[in-house]
Formats: sequence, C-alpha cells, structure tokens
Amino acid sequence: MAVPKRKTSKMKKRMRKAANRYKGIQATFCQACSAPVMPHRVCSSCGIYKGKQVINVD
Amino acid sequence: MRHRVHTFKIGRTGAHRRAMLANMVSSLFEHGQIQTTIVKAKEARRVAEKMITLGKKGDLHRRRLAVARMRNKDAVKILFDEIAPKYADRNGGYTRIMRLGKRLGDGAEMCILQLVEGTEVKAEAATAPAKVETVEVKAEEVVEKTASEE
Repeated sequence: MAVPKRKTSKMKKRMRKAANRYKGIQATFCQACSAPVMPHRVCSSCGIYKGKQVINVD
Repeated sequence: MRHRVHTFKIGRTGAHRRAMLANMVSSLFEHGQIQTTIVKAKEARRVAEKMITLGKKGDLHRRRLAVARMRNKDAVKILFDEIAPKYADRNGGYTRIMRLGKRLGDGAEMCILQLVEGTEVKAEAATAPAKVETVEVKAEEVVEKTASEE
C-alpha cells in the first residue's frame, strides 16, 4: 500500500491551509443612499432595489 | 420516474406543505406580493406559476383544478378574472423574488415574492410620496458629492 514517506511539515500544512482563509464579506454600496449592502439584496436603509422603491423603511 | 423533480420539503409533511403553499399562493394573488423566507418563496413560486398558467387557459375545468389546489375560491376568481389576462403575452416568469437579508431571530434569508405585472401601482400607492421624495433628494446629493469629488 502506498504511504507518505515524510510527515507533512508545519510550513507545508500552513501553506495548504492558507488557501482556506476567510476572505470577508463581499459588500457593495447602495447606488441611491451609499449605505453598505450585500449583493443581490434590497438595500435595508433606503428600501431601493434596482432603482425601484421595494419596501418602506422607517 | 421522479428524476430531477426538485422540491423543498420545508420541514413539513406533504399535506401540511400543500396546505401552506395553497395559503401562500392565495395571499400572493390577493395582495400582489408577500414577504416570506427564500425557501418558501421558491416553492410557492413554482405553484403560483402553474396556477397562472391554468388561469391563462381559463376554462371551467382549469378553474376547478385551481380551486382544488389553492382551496380558495376568492383567490381563484381574482386570478382568472384580473391577473391571468395581464400575462397573455408572457411565457412564464410571472413572479419576481427580491432578497431582503437575514431575519432577526433565526437568521433565515427573507425575501419578497411578487407578481411581475400589476404590483408596481400598488407598491407606489402604499409608499408614502414624501418618502420617495427624500430618497430622490438623497440620490441627487450623492450625484453632487461624487461630482464635487471629481
């Protein structure tokens, strides 16, 4: 049976795991009110989505 | 064969699910839009689109099928007499889902499920006109800001 010849070093392990690092949320900014919004979501501060008033915000 | 027939079970038995979807679709046709979770909306959309197709065909048999599935004669009447004729020139895609973000409490993704036609007028009427004005002013301010920055 094929087995690893060497124990994986800390460096090799950490280099591999570096690709799994949390990259943060990809927020954008509302074109109408400049508040941060998640992509493909109605803006929660002004209620506009794709240039239309979708919900009332108070 | 039931291959590739996708269904969200939404944590309910079949009868419970059908009952809930019947209520949701009835509400959608009565009010033009409903606010719900994304998973429920996607499942309700499937039913709603099929009901509108029944409405476009419009004969007595289709009407009875719609009553059987929606369990609400008032909603079926609205569907067949008011909603379906608006979609005569549209082949599918009668509804729209807009995501709102996560609900406080359980973090469920919320959304608005609405009919593509005939909801704009209602939404504008429901929206306070002053509200729209302030938003427009904000938009202008943003334009000015960006202009001045440049």
